[in-house]
Amino acid sequence: MLNKRRVLTLLVPFIIFIIGAIFLATPLLKGSDPSKLDSALIGQAVPEFTLQDIYDADKQYDASIFKGQKMLLNVWATWCPTCYAEHTYLNKLAKQGLYIVGMNYKDDRKKAIRWLKDLNDPYKISLFDKSGMLGMDLGVYGAPETFFIDSNGIIQYRHVGDLNNKVWNDKLLAIYEDMQ
Amino acid sequence: MIQLNKVNKLLPLLLAACMILFSHASQAAIDTFEFENAQQEKTFHELTKLLRCPKCQNQNIADSNAELAKDLRNKTYELVKQGQSKDQVVDYMVARFGNFVRYDPPVTPATIFLWLGPLLFIIFGLLVLIRQIKKQPAKANNLDDQEQQKLQQLLKQHAKDTKS
Amino acid sequence: MLPEIGQFSLILACILSLLQTVYPLYGVHTGHQGAIRSAKIFTILQFVAVATSFVILSYSFLINDFTIGYIATNSNSALPWYYRLSAVWGAHEGSLLLWVFLLSTWSIAVALMSKRLPIESVARVLAVLGLLAFGFYLFVILTSNPFDRTLPYFPIDGRDLNPLLQDFGLVIHPPMLYMGYVGFSVAFAFAIAALLEGRLDSAWAKWSRPWTMAAWMFLTVGIALGSWWAYYELGWGGWWFWDPVENASFMPWLAGTALIHSLAVSEKRGVFKSWTVLLALSAFSLSLLGTFLVRSGVLVSVHAFASDPTRGLFILGFLVLVIGGSLLLYAIQASKVKSRGRYQLVSRESVLLINNILLIAALIVVLLGTLLPLVHKEIGLGSISIGEPFFNRMFTILIVPFALFVGVGSLFRWKRQQLNDLKKPLTMILILSTLSTVIFLFTFAPSLTWLAVMGTFLGFWIIVGVIYEIYLRSTHRHRFSKGVMKLGNSHWAMSFGHFGLAVMIIGITMTQNYSIEKDVKLAVGQHIAFEHYDFHFDQVKPHNGQNYTATMGVFTVKKDQQEIAVMEAEKRIYTVQRMPMTEAAINAGFTRDLYIAMGEQLPDGAWAVRIYYKPFIRWIWLGPLLMAFGGLLMLCDRRYRSKKDNIENSENKPAPVGGTDA
Repeated sequence: MLNKRRVLTLLVPFIIFIIGAIFLATPLLKGSDPSKLDSALIGQAVPEFTLQDIYDADKQYDASIFKGQKMLLNVWATWCPTCYAEHTYLNKLAKQGLYIVGMNYKDDRKKAIRWLKDLNDPYKISLFDKSGMLGMDLGVYGAPETFFIDSNGIIQYRHVGDLNNKVWNDKLLAIYEDMQ
Repeated sequence: MIQLNKVNKLLPLLLAACMILFSHASQAAIDTFEFENAQQEKTFHELTKLLRCPKCQNQNIADSNAELAKDLRNKTYELVKQGQSKDQVVDYMVARFGNFVRYDPPVTPATIFLWLGPLLFIIFGLLVLIRQIKKQPAKANNLDDQEQQKLQQLLKQHAKDTKS
Repeated sequence: MLPEIGQFSLILACILSLLQTVYPLYGVHTGHQGAIRSAKIFTILQFVAVATSFVILSYSFLINDFTIGYIATNSNSALPWYYRLSAVWGAHEGSLLLWVFLLSTWSIAVALMSKRLPIESVARVLAVLGLLAFGFYLFVILTSNPFDRTLPYFPIDGRDLNPLLQDFGLVIHPPMLYMGYVGFSVAFAFAIAALLEGRLDSAWAKWSRPWTMAAWMFLTVGIALGSWWAYYELGWGGWWFWDPVENASFMPWLAGTALIHSLAVSEKRGVFKSWTVLLALSAFSLSLLGTFLVRSGVLVSVHAFASDPTRGLFILGFLVLVIGGSLLLYAIQASKVKSRGRYQLVSRESVLLINNILLIAALIVVLLGTLLPLVHKEIGLGSISIGEPFFNRMFTILIVPFALFVGVGSLFRWKRQQLNDLKKPLTMILILSTLSTVIFLFTFAPSLTWLAVMGTFLGFWIIVGVIYEIYLRSTHRHRFSKGVMKLGNSHWAMSFGHFGLAVMIIGITMTQNYSIEKDVKLAVGQHIAFEHYDFHFDQVKPHNGQNYTATMGVFTVKKDQQEIAVMEAEKRIYTVQRMPMTEAAINAGFTRDLYIAMGEQLPDGAWAVRIYYKPFIRWIWLGPLLMAFGGLLMLCDRRYRSKKDNIENSENKPAPVGGTDA
């Protein structure tokens, strides 16, 4: 003889557990990485800055370069092995006609120029952020990172980690195409 | 001159270097900042304990030895020296790295359960306790089923014993 | 060949554990005596099989058999032999083997030490333990085999054990912790067996009490060891970081602490039975949850194992079956349980339940704090962090009512307590603890903060409460000197447990409020002084160990002009993994620690040095040791070792009396 109300009350721990289990299962099934963070700047314009061109210290850029067309902003450095792995794919994307701006982050200028000469330069503009000033304002926490910026200069997405065929086709291409 | 093939050879080395840079913070992160007054020093220490290093596994920027943590410490020091308050520095960091960067989560409709959950449980628990006490049968019965059975058996046994 | 035998006996143990589940349950169902008795035999065989496997892995570590992949990744021929042995549980696969080995150890202990229990009950308990073991064996064999070979191309030498783990604390910390985690499986098995049988009575509570206490004791020591290790090894001078992995061990501890108290009430008074069962299920479920969190990689943590989604999904599946199944069983069976005891609002039952509620509220704080970031990100609200500021604030609030009740709870009488009778003892305790607080802070505190006053007061409130209660109980019928000898082990267990908590509270309060941290730039020959101490940087010299090279900074410490210590802080580089490590120099003391960690050498040749003054930090670990000692005393109580299982006996024991006998 079961007391229905009592059973229902005592079922509460079970129900809470099942809900919890679903939340524990989703990141595993989706394979999401807890160490990857969303950018705090999504929906905002690229912060103001003044940075030198990597090749030419006399040439300076500011945030206005991000307006006019949709583009990618790739943060890289020669001390970053994943950036090396990613570089070939960036060249491929550049060949497809994507507008990519590079930001060399906390690096050595000479090494960076050599890297670009040796591995080909996929960037329309190459910024040189020696002190990590723009990196800090963009909330960069580990190279490589790629920001998706629309034609109004608004950041729409940030990808942390390398760009490769798989992530590009699975996820990033759609985000890129949705941008204006 | 590092040629392409040399870069290739360097890759494992670079990898190893990055592992050291990022994977471990078993090394104490020690800076030697100097402050104008004790209040600023205190604010700085509180902030470095409150701010989380986004790159590292799960450490505040005071404990982490990662490059990024060092940058954030320097920035914090700079801002504190400019005379910014604790909240201002936290806001500065949150604007760039998101709420992830603060170990003290803001109160939002989603995080309110952190405080409400335990509170509701305590209220609920006390209510149940009071209700249980009110519901108790008028007469105490300290024995449960098994004990009751055992008691019966003993009584029977006793009855038999006294008969024989 | 040997590793194959190891693997084979692991598979054998897996099969035996399944038999240990199926056959006895069949026996209980049909009344087949032979099948019922087989539980014990299968348990023993399973233990032998898994022990063989464990010994073989340990032996392979000792002889540097790098043809085994796990050993090649986690050991090295230059590693001292004791670390080669502890490297067995240095990473995922081996630590799981340790886990199943310990589970089997607990099972065989239950099989051998439950002679006075009805044989059917023991068979059920062993069957449940067998089922748990079966799940874990499958997990080891299918996803995390420690015996996988690197053949034919095996390395000449291994990649070495993580230098962080090359430490005495880490040799004993995991086994202790796992003994605790796994030990709760016994309480779990007893609860499930009782639910299956439909008899949740005082006898059930009495049987599971010593097992629960033993597991809780190990867990307490294990957590304290982990905290101590983090303090001296990580070089940050912290003793608790609210990291998910630490929280994972803290949650079963909170549930276990609530459980040992609730079991006492259920045994003595026959009330709260369904609550107690729920706690018994929760304590082990939380141990499993901890295993999942640490090994699945769903959370970011300082010391998680290498994560793997397949492993995560496997454990989660197992979790759903075990926890979900047991909670479902609970909902159906516990609804039949009726509480028989009667008690009033002001009674020891109520006080114990209120503190149970507070413990579980604390558990909810930790649970939500650990898992909410995950949910927050999952529902698309972005990443958040929940850490020290949040947890510290919540625990500061919860500890106040908790400690107040702990201090005087044992003065309350069972069933009903006249508040008037408590007036005198409460006033006495209030006066004495206030006095102690004032004297203590006057002696040891350089300044006063609200939190320090409150924390110290709570600590002394408990200490005075414990001592006062011992005094009252001893002088109740006899002179003090005679009466105090008559107090039972169980009573001393409670006193030590509560005293340990008080010591810990005072330790935490003093450390958190009065620690001094100095990050300074020191060149050889310079010195820095604070808090009566003077640290003189004498020299820097090289220092080499068996598998590392180090730079050692030597400091002479003076207190009020008197030399009290020479401290040597090292910066080590472990040769194989090229990992830099800070080996802090610690001068430990009963009322304070001095702590020096070397940083980088600066361009001008001086060194960055961190110096800590940490008052009463030892008390933070002394407290848990006292609590565990209390647990040990309870295990020694005659009641749990007597051959005869007499229900009436425990019921007839006079209920502990309050301060004044009406």
